Amino acid sequence: MKVTFEINGAEKSVDVEPRTLVVDLIRTKLGMTGTHIGCDTSNCGACTVLLDGRPVKSCTLLAPMLEGKTVTTVEGLAKGGKLDAIQEGFHAEHGLQCGFCTPGMMLVGKALIEANPHPTEDEIRWGISGNICRCTGYMNIVKAIQHAAAAKTAETAGVA
Amino acid sequence: MAVDTTEAAAATEAARQAMGGIGVSLARKEDARFIHGQGHYVDDVVLPGMLHMVIVRSPHAHARIKGIDSSAAMAIPGVIAVVTGELLAQHKLAWMPTLSGDTQAVLATDKVRFQGQEVACVIAETKYIAEDAAALVSVDYEPLQAITTPQQAIEPGAVVIRDEKEGQTDNKIYHWEAGDKDATDAAFARAAKVVSLETFYPRCHPSPLETCGCVADLDPVTGNATIYMTSQAPHAHRTLFAIVAGLPEEKIRIISPDLGGGFGNKVPIYPGYVVATAASLLIGRPVKWIEDRTDNLISTGFARDYYMDGSVAIDENGKFIGLRVNLLSDNGAFFADAQPSKFKAGLFHIVTGSYDIPAAHIVANGAYTNKAPGGVAYRCSFRVTEASYFIERLVESAAVELGQDPVTTRLNNFIQPEAFPYQSASGFEYDSGDYPRAMKVALDMLGYDELRKEQAEKRAKGELMGIGVASFTEVVGAGKGKDYDIAGLRMFDSAELRVHPTGKAILKLGVKSQGQGHETTFAQIVAEELGIPASDVEVREGDTDNTPFGLGTYASRSTPVGGAATAVVARKLRDKGKIIAAHLFEADVADIEFDHGKYNVKGSPDNVKTIQDIAFAAYTNIPDGIEAGLEGVTYYDPPNMTFPFGTYLVVVDIDKGTGQVKVRRMIAVDDCGVRINPMIVEGQIHGGLTEGFGIAFMELITFDDEGNCIGSNFMDYLIPTAWETPRFELGETVTPSPHHPIGAKGVGESATVGSPAAYVNAVIDALSHLGITNIDMPVTSDKVWAALRSKGVTE
Amino acid sequence: MFPAAFDYTAPGALDEVLSLLGQHGDDAKVLAGGQSLIPLLKLRFAAPVILVDIGRVDGLEGIRRENGHVRIGARTRHRDVESASDLRGTLDVLLDAAPLISDPLIRNMGTVGGSICHADPAGDWGAVMLAVGAEFVVKSASGERVVPAAGFFEGPFTTGLHADEVMTEIRVPVETGRSGGTYLKLERKVGDFASVAAAVHVVLGSDGRIATAGIGLCAVGAHSIKATAAEAALVGQEPSDEVIAEAARLAGEAAEPKADIRGSAEYKRDVARVFVQRGLHTAIDRAQGEAA
Repeated sequence: MKVTFEINGAEKSVDVEPRTLVVDLIRTKLGMTGTHIGCDTSNCGACTVLLDGRPVKSCTLLAPMLEGKTVTTVEGLAKGGKLDAIQEGFHAEHGLQCGFCTPGMMLVGKALIEANPHPTEDEIRWGISGNICRCTGYMNIVKAIQHAAAAKTAETAGVA
Repeated sequence: MAVDTTEAAAATEAARQAMGGIGVSLARKEDARFIHGQGHYVDDVVLPGMLHMVIVRSPHAHARIKGIDSSAAMAIPGVIAVVTGELLAQHKLAWMPTLSGDTQAVLATDKVRFQGQEVACVIAETKYIAEDAAALVSVDYEPLQAITTPQQAIEPGAVVIRDEKEGQTDNKIYHWEAGDKDATDAAFARAAKVVSLETFYPRCHPSPLETCGCVADLDPVTGNATIYMTSQAPHAHRTLFAIVAGLPEEKIRIISPDLGGGFGNKVPIYPGYVVATAASLLIGRPVKWIEDRTDNLISTGFARDYYMDGSVAIDENGKFIGLRVNLLSDNGAFFADAQPSKFKAGLFHIVTGSYDIPAAHIVANGAYTNKAPGGVAYRCSFRVTEASYFIERLVESAAVELGQDPVTTRLNNFIQPEAFPYQSASGFEYDSGDYPRAMKVALDMLGYDELRKEQAEKRAKGELMGIGVASFTEVVGAGKGKDYDIAGLRMFDSAELRVHPTGKAILKLGVKSQGQGHETTFAQIVAEELGIPASDVEVREGDTDNTPFGLGTYASRSTPVGGAATAVVARKLRDKGKIIAAHLFEADVADIEFDHGKYNVKGSPDNVKTIQDIAFAAYTNIPDGIEAGLEGVTYYDPPNMTFPFGTYLVVVDIDKGTGQVKVRRMIAVDDCGVRINPMIVEGQIHGGLTEGFGIAFMELITFDDEGNCIGSNFMDYLIPTAWETPRFELGETVTPSPHHPIGAKGVGESATVGSPAAYVNAVIDALSHLGITNIDMPVTSDKVWAALRSKGVTE
Repeated sequence: MFPAAFDYTAPGALDEVLSLLGQHGDDAKVLAGGQSLIPLLKLRFAAPVILVDIGRVDGLEGIRRENGHVRIGARTRHRDVESASDLRGTLDVLLDAAPLISDPLIRNMGTVGGSICHADPAGDWGAVMLAVGAEFVVKSASGERVVPAAGFFEGPFTTGLHADEVMTEIRVPVETGRSGGTYLKLERKVGDFASVAAAVHVVLGSDGRIATAGIGLCAVGAHSIKATAAEAALVGQEPSDEVIAEAARLAGEAAEPKADIRGSAEYKRDVARVFVQRGLHTAIDRAQGEAA
């Protein structure tokens, strides 16, 4: 069946079996491999994408559910060669090691600070609790999100 | 003057940061691709004509295979082949050797011996088709009695799991001893007190977020075999592939691209790799095999599963004088532990830990069970974790029995700083250490005495709070090669350094990062040794065609061995640079001085040639009789292991009503010698403390009586999220390794090794006044509640 | 892990949904947020012939107050209940339960009605709906029924919903008295199903006595349990430690837990008691605090 949606700013129309998981659609059909598969049972969040701005697990979405929706993947974070604040934060604070959970973590972090520009550590930890990182122990992921939040606040203040 | 000094200091610091040498928390060079979603993992490899493989696994823990019918699967359009053990047997590939000298079924032919064992493989045009077809492969099983514990396994008359092995009449695998029995018996005979502990370190699983898999691409015309593989040890795997599959080694190229974590899980060779390779050869197209999470949890290298009991003999002054430990290991259906071949229980004999115990005797026995094989070191140097856990738990018991503060018991029995190098009773020579200092730093960070007061007040009110202590010593960085080998391959490691004419360098290594940041850390070693900025040093790993042979990354060995190789090869180039510098200066080589990338003639410090000048000259203006170029390769065989150590302190509060344990604080003071990139070191420690927390409180692979695996997906195999994970407070001491070129010891695993005992000791410390002496991991709320209930405590 | 093949349709109107369900009966499955159904499909525990996605039907989402009820559209996401802060003070238990459902990402997709209809014995909403005395509006081609939560849950993954019906709305009565409630959940980590959970909701009369009490238990039986004896022991009573302790004891007795990897039956029963006890204290404190 045909499914039409927007991903990272581009409209796509693809022909898929209804049972196709969104993560497979993105990785295989669209060739964007930044979205990962870690657990298959919607526990780990390696497959996180933003669906209409909200983070969701793309291993637990069927391709037809994308009809008319907007998807953002890690490939859509940097704009015109400029890193998103969340990407800067993860690099500056050593918020990643093996990099496998990183796309999902960054997308969750981005959505989190957009909804709550000044999150506390508890709010960050709660917000990323649907995503597993096996390497970092989360300490630096928390800092990375704080870093991005501070940068965004500074940017907003600068504009104002 | 003061201003000038400050400015000079600032300039020096700026130069140091720009160089990115040892001690600089350089942001990681490898980050760029990951934050763009451009990491390149095995599942990202797509080749023209690539097929997909799915493994059909046994639902039974123990059963005879009476027949396999793959006709329904073959009938699905898009299915290319169904590979069975029978087919592999025709190519002599139905069995393969393990890393511990045993054999393992690639695809079962006679019996299945654990739930999840590989029985057949479906190869199809897409993974969806392959999975549909796998569900239609019909296997006729005759179930047999399953053995799920090593205690059952070694009972007389137990059904023999490995009945296909000639001469194997029971389920025993090995018997191994270390230390001195007579001396230990004598110590116990004169002991004033003997304290014992019986404990179980349960089966857990490394579960890197990326599962295992490969893409095998065999060219039927050229015979070239390129295998993209989740491998922590690509060179060793190439050699083993040559031996297992009978492929010519010069035709095999293993590429281990970015790895989504490893933690030991990607050390063994799994049947899936072998079948995908064989299938690619037979079909003539690339074959991709990627595990799903259940495949990973139920069939690949688990860790631990050690039953340990032992005692410490204590004299009238509270000094430990002897240690006895018996262990029984559950190795699953095939003895496939990834460990040095001389040591059947890995390095478990480090069990005397941080303590000066003059006599020790260790007896180890292994048994086959109807459980998955593996026995990998989950973020651990070959069973050091079990050893450290046991001794630290036993010391806790000793403190309780002696009526002492556990800190006192430890301080009374530590190997003293002046005693290094220290010869342990079980055969290790500890290179260096200062245990009392690490303890003091930790106690000060925690505010130990205040918390003990708080604990006393809480106890008086019936509230439960505990402080756990663990002072671990690790043994990492294998070899030396004479004593340590994997499947006969000596445990050296390698570095090849090429400095190009423009002064930029490529460093190629035999180790393989799984996220540890090698591209940054190893560039920093070159920066320190040669004065080429870390940003100008490209680090390459994981491609056997383009890196020197090495044993790979596990057992915290990259920095101790590969890091040493890097320093040594850089020093070789530095020395060659002196010859070139002497030529440029028209001076004697003996008069050339080198300091952080600058050469000068003694007495003329202002007239310098930089390493970049020297590199250019190496290709453009080389002295007569000297080979052109500035490159070299080193195979480094360490003279000894390294012995990182530290003290971990944990504070817990326990909810009496539910048994829930809340970790309030966690202090980790690590001494891993010289820290190359402190930021990366801390990241490694954070990760290890979290895995240690998971192991202590939630991670568990267990089995029911029929051998059904419980813990076969992330709904049941529990990995801590940011919410449960404690906030860590890190401290450090630095006791350089005397034999390592830059004094580093390795840090990747210290925290997983040291922390489980600290967490559990904290729980026991909260409960010991009630007479509760042990709760086996994972310390779940129901176990704590049951222990409390057994002592009449309730809400 | 992938689902077996199925047909898929996403009607734009409820009538079409109902007619498809009437036509396909047990062969059809309703897809809402998919957070329970898709894992079942992937594990191949469920293999429907056709999925009827109700994602494009208007009017199934949102929370509003009407006629003495809080009306929650069946397709309302857990996340949207979590952020419905105006429920504080009247339906605390909903606000306390929502953030404890699975994890933040699942809550962005998963729906209240979907979760209730899935009827996992360890699902959180079942116990909550029993505690607050909710009613479920279900529709089929032949009409509409309003079904009380009490009695709706029949067994593991089994409810009073017929194959041709779809849930459209959850109606929670809002009592006029001072109310308070809470939800306590024992889970092994974020994202886990409950080992044990308890939903508590009380309304105090003008005399300070307990006018109504609702207690729902989660994960301690074949389905969500309404602890009716415990509720009865509270109604008409002046709140006190003794009254609460007795109700908690009765709630523990109402639990029918089974031993598993999460703990023994005794353990779960006792945690149910402890949670009801703690929950009642919180609920009553909140109800009394509201008056102050």
